[in-house]
Amino acid sequence: MSDNVFMAGYGGQGILVIGNLLACGAILEGHNASYFPAYGPEKRGGSAMCTVIVADSEIGSPVIGRPRVALLLNQIAMDKYFSQIKPGGICLYNSSLVDHLPSQRDDLCLIAMPANEMAYEIGNPRLVNMLMLGAYAEKTGAVRLASLKAGLELILPERNKRFIPANVEALDRGAAFVRDSVAAAC
Amino acid sequence: MAVSVQPVFERPKVLKTTATHYCAGCHHGIVHRLVAEAIDHFGVQDRTIGIGSVGCSVLLYEYFDIDVVEAPHGRAPAVGTGVKRVHPDSVVFTYQGDGDLAAIGTAEIIHAANRGELMTVIFLNNTTYGMTGGQMAPTTLPGQVTTTSPYGRDVKVEGYPIRMAELIAMLGGTGFSARVAVDTPQRVLEAGKTIRKAFGMQIEKQGFAFVEVLGACPTNWGMSALEANARVSGEMMGYFPLGVYKDITVSA
Amino acid sequence: MNNRLFVKGNEAVAMGAIEAGCRYYFGYPITPQNDIPEYMSREMPKVGGFFLQAESEVAAINMVLGAGAAGGRVMTSSSGPGISLKAEGMSFMAGSEVPAVIVNMQRPGPGLGGIDASQADYFQAVKGAGHGGYRLIVLAPWSVQELYDLGMLAFDLADRYRTPVMILGDAMLGQMKEALIPHSYHRPADLPEKDWVVCGKGRRNHANVVKSLMLKDGELEAHNWHLHAKYDLIKQRETRCATDNLDGAELLVTAFGCAARIARTAIDMARGEGMKVGMIRPVTVFPFPSEVYLQATARTPKVLCIELNNGQMVEDVRLSVDRQADVRFYGRPGGTGSLPTPEELLEQIRKHYKD
Repeated sequence: MSDNVFMAGYGGQGILVIGNLLACGAILEGHNASYFPAYGPEKRGGSAMCTVIVADSEIGSPVIGRPRVALLLNQIAMDKYFSQIKPGGICLYNSSLVDHLPSQRDDLCLIAMPANEMAYEIGNPRLVNMLMLGAYAEKTGAVRLASLKAGLELILPERNKRFIPANVEALDRGAAFVRDSVAAAC
Repeated sequence: MAVSVQPVFERPKVLKTTATHYCAGCHHGIVHRLVAEAIDHFGVQDRTIGIGSVGCSVLLYEYFDIDVVEAPHGRAPAVGTGVKRVHPDSVVFTYQGDGDLAAIGTAEIIHAANRGELMTVIFLNNTTYGMTGGQMAPTTLPGQVTTTSPYGRDVKVEGYPIRMAELIAMLGGTGFSARVAVDTPQRVLEAGKTIRKAFGMQIEKQGFAFVEVLGACPTNWGMSALEANARVSGEMMGYFPLGVYKDITVSA
Repeated sequence: MNNRLFVKGNEAVAMGAIEAGCRYYFGYPITPQNDIPEYMSREMPKVGGFFLQAESEVAAINMVLGAGAAGGRVMTSSSGPGISLKAEGMSFMAGSEVPAVIVNMQRPGPGLGGIDASQADYFQAVKGAGHGGYRLIVLAPWSVQELYDLGMLAFDLADRYRTPVMILGDAMLGQMKEALIPHSYHRPADLPEKDWVVCGKGRRNHANVVKSLMLKDGELEAHNWHLHAKYDLIKQRETRCATDNLDGAELLVTAFGCAARIARTAIDMARGEGMKVGMIRPVTVFPFPSEVYLQATARTPKVLCIELNNGQMVEDVRLSVDRQADVRFYGRPGGTGSLPTPEELLEQIRKHYKD
């Protein structure tokens, strides 16, 4: 299995958390993985972006120019990274915060996911990131949901471990969205 | 009639027989001796580590028969911190001049004191940079002529002499801070007691211990040894009063 | 996860250090290496070690000098501006032969510069940041695993040669996370005893003095020849370099650290297009693996050197091959949004492969 993914959105949306979790889950499964954040001096409120690479061979560059998949959680991320996705790739985006695509692209699998609304439905607006990651895992098969769930235990700080059940539910809901939605059928 | 001869004055055991390089009338030699007597008094030569600094006293290791690390200019308290953390039971002292301690090394001395590093600092204040040839020091007195204040120190331009013993006394980690002089036999005896006290504080783990010694520098002051000696009480003590500024072993 | 951990580069170098017996850490916060002091402050007390946040990088390196002179395995870490401040202490440690490990997680400069990945401190590291003409052993890891492994090796090299050793990382290696296989440290049996350290004279019949001031006739020159001979010995014994597919290569690509990581993927892409590209990756940048370049360019006289700066290591490559090869360069100086991609480096490989 190999894949490479951009994840981008606002600082505070949990972009770096799901980047970490994807790489961690892949390593738990016995793959190689790298996680590389692009970061600013601010801890909250700016832009957040990271690159995750999953491979069975040795991983070279942890950065890439053109990812196969992008998880774009707001309009700014969409504007910045949409054009970089490789032809034939996947763009999984948060349609709650993205109102238009920067260009017409017929060479991508586009999956619009109303992740904010879905997060409100399960009672916690901060779970947008896990919904998106669950959808990614289901769509690509790059990593098993069970591995991501196991990874939560390792990557969440002690004070946030009480939220693991809610995170697990969000991962499942995200996966279910891809399984059940016509929009994700490409 | 049998006569028993008792020695009344000896070379401290910890001092080597090497002749010092100090100028005639310089007070470093006296202060070295007082430090050596304190080390002898506590019998800690085998576990004492000296931190040499940059200035006239840089050759400390030529005179003291103890382990020594030579520090970069101003950094002796930081080097001492590293040494002390590796050997917590050692007795560590720094020996620094006014340029080293109160100018380039101000941050290191303040923070070592504030952390309460268990070390003894001997600070020789002679109001000038001795080794480099008599430039203005942070302790140079107002109006004092040096090679870099040829018209006299102008406090409007160069600021005021820093009173380190008072400054160090204000810090939470300081256990002991005092200022002494060695210009008269009586004051030499007093200074000896004070330096011994500052080593004792360290050995008893009573915080950072600091002794400022007012010293003469006849060569760079352009004075005879006697004139320089007289300047210590005549000019320096007015600005740098002698006394104990902090002693946590004495209740107020 | 079998025995693999998922670890950030900054933490990996700290883990390796503690495993190798580092018990003293002195440092000062600066991005992008703050995970190192944070890790040390958390973990040192658990192993009976000691962490202190100093008042400045200047104070920190001098605490390192003191602890190293006292015989401790000691480390500090910083980035660009902080390393400049440590230059004084590094010169004193080289001169007075005090072993210690200094980590530089490079950021781009000059001045305050930025906080992203860069290799702009190559000259500073390998040519001597401080005064007086000295050398550091400089290790250049390219992965989280190597940060850990070289983090251990650095202490043995420092102790063996009584010299400060620098680990030259960068913001990318420090901030990225990947798999790490931890392993036990084994102290080499032939490491020399530290009979020179200050610890109190005790029963010794001579005092130990750790110093760099040498004023007697001929004393300093003799000391400098001694240091020079030591650096020669280090060149003979400790040069480390990774090579890949040099036989039959039409183009040699060379890079170290994070640039090598990005180049690795670009080279694989080029090979996928049928190009015969060899790779040379120095693991020590002092000592520099000159002999590897000399031999490889005897067969393949074209080299492309890739760096995250405007051309620094390339000078050592050119010195190594002494005009026997055509040495080209591609680099970018780093900064936010200025990290080259494998696709970009592939373009360069295509271009230089052809002409």
